[in-house]
Amino acid sequence: MPARIKKLGASPARSTIEGLGMSSGDNGFAIHADNVSRHYQMGAALIRAIDDVSLQVRPGEFLALLGSSGSGKSTLLNLLAGLDRPTSGAIIVRGRNLAEMDTHELARYRSLTVGMVFQAFNLLPRMTLEENVELPLRLAEVERADRASRVREALEHVHLEKRLAHRPSELSGGEQQRAALARALVNRPTILLADEPTGNLDSATGEEIMLLLKNFNQSMGMTIVMVTHEHPLAERFADRIATVADGKLISVTAKSSSGAHS
Amino acid sequence: MKIGDLTELAIRNLREAILRNSLTTLGVAVGVASLVAMLSLGVGLQQFASQRLASSGLFNAIFVASRYNARDEGRPSRQTPPAQSSIPPRPLDESARQEIAQLPNVSEVYPEIRFMTEVRYADKPYPTMVAGMPDSAHTDGAFDGMQGKFFSGSSADEAILQIEFAKELSTQPSSLIGKDLILRYAERQALPGRNGKAAQSSAAGSNKNSAGAGFSVVPHEKRLRIVGIVSTEPEGGFGGFGRSRVFIPLALAETLSATQVNDLRDVLNGSNKTRSYGSLTVRVKSPTLVPPVEAAIKNMGFTTFSLLDTTRNLRLFFTVIDLLLGIFGSLALVVATLGIVNTLVMAILERRREIGVFKALGADDRDIKQLFFAEAGVMGLVGGIAGVALGWLIGKGINLGTDIYLSRKNLPPVNICAVPLWLALGVIVFAIAVSLVAGLYPASRAARLNPVEALRYE
Repeated sequence: MPARIKKLGASPARSTIEGLGMSSGDNGFAIHADNVSRHYQMGAALIRAIDDVSLQVRPGEFLALLGSSGSGKSTLLNLLAGLDRPTSGAIIVRGRNLAEMDTHELARYRSLTVGMVFQAFNLLPRMTLEENVELPLRLAEVERADRASRVREALEHVHLEKRLAHRPSELSGGEQQRAALARALVNRPTILLADEPTGNLDSATGEEIMLLLKNFNQSMGMTIVMVTHEHPLAERFADRIATVADGKLISVTAKSSSGAHS
Repeated sequence: MKIGDLTELAIRNLREAILRNSLTTLGVAVGVASLVAMLSLGVGLQQFASQRLASSGLFNAIFVASRYNARDEGRPSRQTPPAQSSIPPRPLDESARQEIAQLPNVSEVYPEIRFMTEVRYADKPYPTMVAGMPDSAHTDGAFDGMQGKFFSGSSADEAILQIEFAKELSTQPSSLIGKDLILRYAERQALPGRNGKAAQSSAAGSNKNSAGAGFSVVPHEKRLRIVGIVSTEPEGGFGGFGRSRVFIPLALAETLSATQVNDLRDVLNGSNKTRSYGSLTVRVKSPTLVPPVEAAIKNMGFTTFSLLDTTRNLRLFFTVIDLLLGIFGSLALVVATLGIVNTLVMAILERRREIGVFKALGADDRDIKQLFFAEAGVMGLVGGIAGVALGWLIGKGINLGTDIYLSRKNLPPVNICAVPLWLALGVIVFAIAVSLVAGLYPASRAARLNPVEALRYE
């Protein structure tokens, strides 16, 4: 991956970040993305899904990534989640550059540092709620004896502790998303990444989910990055709003101010 | 992921597509059954051949002969290794017999006594060969399955007939048991020496056997009670001349002092003062102890022969047969593994999104690979166990069919298919290994899936 970064031409700013190496290169940020690009080659055309985006997220911050469909906000979220690798640039989390991690390290990062929720919930339909929430614990090789209590604890956070034995198909959309939230929380990550978490829900249920997210953010000090295309939702719950359009970060707006700063 | 979780998830995944996975596993089972049936046939045939040879009592036996040989007189035997040609040849007499009996791990030493006789039964003459049988022949399996009973004593005036000979005597061989026959034979009697006395010290402890200045041949008769009929041929054909068809106790055979072929050799040699044996059979406590005892006897100045080389060749032959049967049997298993590949590739397509979720939740590429490996392994294990059971049943069916066929031919039943534990376990391990190999491509393909694309998959 570093070879690819060099090939595409590293900026002086990125060089500085890479030079920070394995220590506290995040400068106190929970996430520090610097000149991150994600380009795809489709035939002769080069698709710039994310183009030279720099972004910092403070610990305990609730950041909304706002943008229209196809703007690149989900791509950026996937890069922050370690599901995808940037074509160039650096994403520093806890002093480590995700772009330089190998697949095993990225898997550990996804398992222990971040939790993810998706628009489509992505619960496994063949498993009960308990088994769905237990899955990240299995992947993190948590001792079997500890799992039941942690699953129950996570489900209590989302008020689903009485639905342990139910399958996703037996739950409402809101309940499914709450179960997905419990699954994201069960490994006690410091960062929660949410991709349109209310996209498949009615407004009342969506609000319920947003309140839960806000609660996690405030009571647990969890850093949250949420992708949404609903400006009012972002305006209401996020501390800052980063607007993405055509793969570029066009503004970062603090909730209390009306001006944009990058 | 821990192995327990991996197995649990693999079994859960297999249960979800129960029909497809069952059919694939059935395919593996059929392949394994084919392999087991083929190999069990090879193993069964090998066991059958080994048992037949073992029943001849030859595997723990060493056959000892003197290096004095009428044919090779004056020159070393062709079978004598150069290293032993320096050891002077010795007569195979009673003192040699006693010396060999003292060797470690030797359980029994007895001479081969075979002689030509005329059996008279119902006033009709039947020329045939008679052999003396030691008591140990009763327990070494040589007379297993015989009609009647073994000799009541080591010197009893009793005879056991070989079935073909019994058929010559009577159309109903079993009716012969309990009846008497007359054995007419040529007894060797020593002639007095120049001093008018027969030579002392003889092989059988009787002055009749002393070589002295020569011997005369006197016809004799012995009445014997038929006590049994044997369908096999104990030590048949071994010893260089003819098959014996009447068996009598060895001690009785020695007291008869019947003229044998080697008596003529003693006269020709002239140098021996006592009667020598044509050959001795040395029984060793275990077949594995045959080589050191054989070497010790060779060092005493005798030539030896054991069936070790023969059994080695037999083992090689059956190894080749097993290999060929295994290759043919494996073909069905190879086809079955293609079913595993197909099933797992289908599973990847169906569970693409699930693989994406797994990766998003922290699954490593290795976890995904191991999960698919585990699924292939479980199919191999279940298919292997079911296949071994099926193959065992096929073997039983073949045995049953063979026995029915043999019984119609008035032949004793045999087991031509055998599934020993090592074969069952080995084939199960092989089925798992082949299934894991079949899982290589799907597992690797699943592990390589891009999580972002997999999560987008509908």
